[in-house]
Amino acid sequence: MTTREKHNLRHGLAFCALWFIGFGVFTAYPVLASLYYSFCDYSVLQTPLWTGLDNYQRMSTDVVFWISLKNTLVFAALSLPLGMIVSLLLALLLNTEVRGIPVFRTIFYLPSVVPIVASALLWLWIFNGQFGILNWALRPVLGLFGATPPTWFADPAWAKPALALMSLWGIGNSMVIYLSGLQNVPQELYESAEIDGANWWRRIWHVTLPMISPVIYFNLIMGIIGALQTFTTVFVMTGNADGNPARSTLLYALYLFSTAFYDLRMGYASAMAWLLFVLIVALTLAATKLTEKRIHYSG
Amino acid sequence: MQPRSTIARLIVYALLFAGAAVFLFPFLWLVCTSLKPIEQTMSMPPTWLPRAYYAAIDGKRMEVTRDYPVPDRPGYWHVTERLPASLSLAGLPAAAGLQTGVVQHEPVSAIVPAAEIETKIQPRWDNYHTALATMGGRSRDCGTTDTATGVGPDTRVSFFTFLRNTLLVCVLGVIGAVFSNALIAYGFAKIRWRGRDTLFVLTLATMMVPFPVLMVPLYGVFKWLGWIGSLKPLWVPAFFGSAFNIFLMRQFFRTIPEELSEAARIDGCSEFGIFWRIILPLSKPVIAVVALFHFLWAWNDFMGPLLYLTRKHTFTLALALQNYQSQGGGVQWHYLMAATVVVIIPVVILFFLTQKTFIKGIATTGIKG
Repeated sequence: MTTREKHNLRHGLAFCALWFIGFGVFTAYPVLASLYYSFCDYSVLQTPLWTGLDNYQRMSTDVVFWISLKNTLVFAALSLPLGMIVSLLLALLLNTEVRGIPVFRTIFYLPSVVPIVASALLWLWIFNGQFGILNWALRPVLGLFGATPPTWFADPAWAKPALALMSLWGIGNSMVIYLSGLQNVPQELYESAEIDGANWWRRIWHVTLPMISPVIYFNLIMGIIGALQTFTTVFVMTGNADGNPARSTLLYALYLFSTAFYDLRMGYASAMAWLLFVLIVALTLAATKLTEKRIHYSG
Repeated sequence: MQPRSTIARLIVYALLFAGAAVFLFPFLWLVCTSLKPIEQTMSMPPTWLPRAYYAAIDGKRMEVTRDYPVPDRPGYWHVTERLPASLSLAGLPAAAGLQTGVVQHEPVSAIVPAAEIETKIQPRWDNYHTALATMGGRSRDCGTTDTATGVGPDTRVSFFTFLRNTLLVCVLGVIGAVFSNALIAYGFAKIRWRGRDTLFVLTLATMMVPFPVLMVPLYGVFKWLGWIGSLKPLWVPAFFGSAFNIFLMRQFFRTIPEELSEAARIDGCSEFGIFWRIILPLSKPVIAVVALFHFLWAWNDFMGPLLYLTRKHTFTLALALQNYQSQGGGVQWHYLMAATVVVIIPVVILFFLTQKTFIKGIATTGIKG
């Protein structure tokens, strides 16, 4: 090593020193420790006891575990496509050149800065079966068909759709990311498509969507990661970790949390956490494989 | 894209306004509810604006609640005297005698013709006062209540306690995040050292790890440090960098021409001097983004406080708000919504003041990610 290289190494390590501590204490150690705990019987109160694959085997017969997994996948299947489509539509709207766009952008983004606790409480009130403003509006409309509106969060069949609808309020982030992707599409492409006689729909389908496909992919991955870890909304909805009504909102992260910190079965919870990690990686890889050929990277 | 025809333009506007209405409506309903007396939050059909009704009972004109139309006397309402709000305070035991000098009595009711009920639009601003005072909870199971002030030992914890805690976590966290991530990002962006790129890839990889994986051992670490129940787990880690912010700042530092650093180096400037006197002053935009993101994240964080805070006087606003809702008994929607408004307002103001920085920051995460 030359003196210069030594000098650089010393300085590089010095500048990154805080991160080495942070990485070690707050990431590397926890990752390794939880992997170890996942093979143990552990309750924080006594030292972990090695039990091999017990925790993982127990999951296969844990009815509540399967309920929470199914709930999470159903919720993700509802909220993810809905959120991706609506935020893309909003971004397309915001990408038009009409007056007042900055104001609308601000309005659409605003709910995304609201604390999740606050928005969960607010929507709980709007969705209230008896006194909620939503059902007040729906009652006469559904009445025409002889139906009554659902009680949303009080009804096991409607709690997850309500959660998915609620999540639409906070799609500002993916909307802004779409918007920045749309603004990077070269104007010439639209112009030449138009000369070729492409109408609005065909321009969207053949120019816009391929050009922003990397951004769509990014939002898809972030969406998967976010949906599978949803916790705060459902915790606030019921005020505890039961996933009421009838465990219909018992999402994976919620069950994991209550297993770890209410039942103090931290080994089992760590095994669940690792399974979640594997699930996220698997879905991300699957999404990558499925979209690979359709993603267009320019430049 | 530029809409060509007038019709296209009109459709765009119609959709924009419809969307804006949908996105703004919950805010409107939130504020409306927070200004109503309890019985009006639950009236069907809903009243949009908070109202006050006045009628004469036993010859005395007073504020009343309209309970229900009398079934066998069309045009007549059953009304009840409205006692001052503080007497029916958020489930506090009535015997606590919240206001000295107010004689408590059973509300009187009567049946009066609808025409004699006077209606006024009257927002209940005192809902906010009550909500902020009761957010800390009740004194029920905590020793005696001070009869002069109506304040028990536990109710001394109020909104302002939570605000102070939250600000502490946010401000210390922002200082830590800016300071540590700038240093670290400089090490990754501006100095060429062996192993740097491998470590940077490893750093990025940590972003993939879901929080539940870290949750249990992290709790163990903080317990071992004796920090459970204190605010430290919520702000100290910010002083040790985070992968996302390192990434964000590194991307920015790399756009600063290397010639600037070289010139300074030739002039005998130390590495830290280059960082401090040349790079940082040029990096205000990215510092603003990191500071803003961290502030909002810390203000909104719920899971951290839920995990590490055990006693009420250490709660942050997000946790206190959730706790306020789940305090037994029926939900007092008007107080809960008032508390919600107060928790939301600071971030909404912050967003309005900084939205350009903010939106740009979000957009970069998508493009470069």
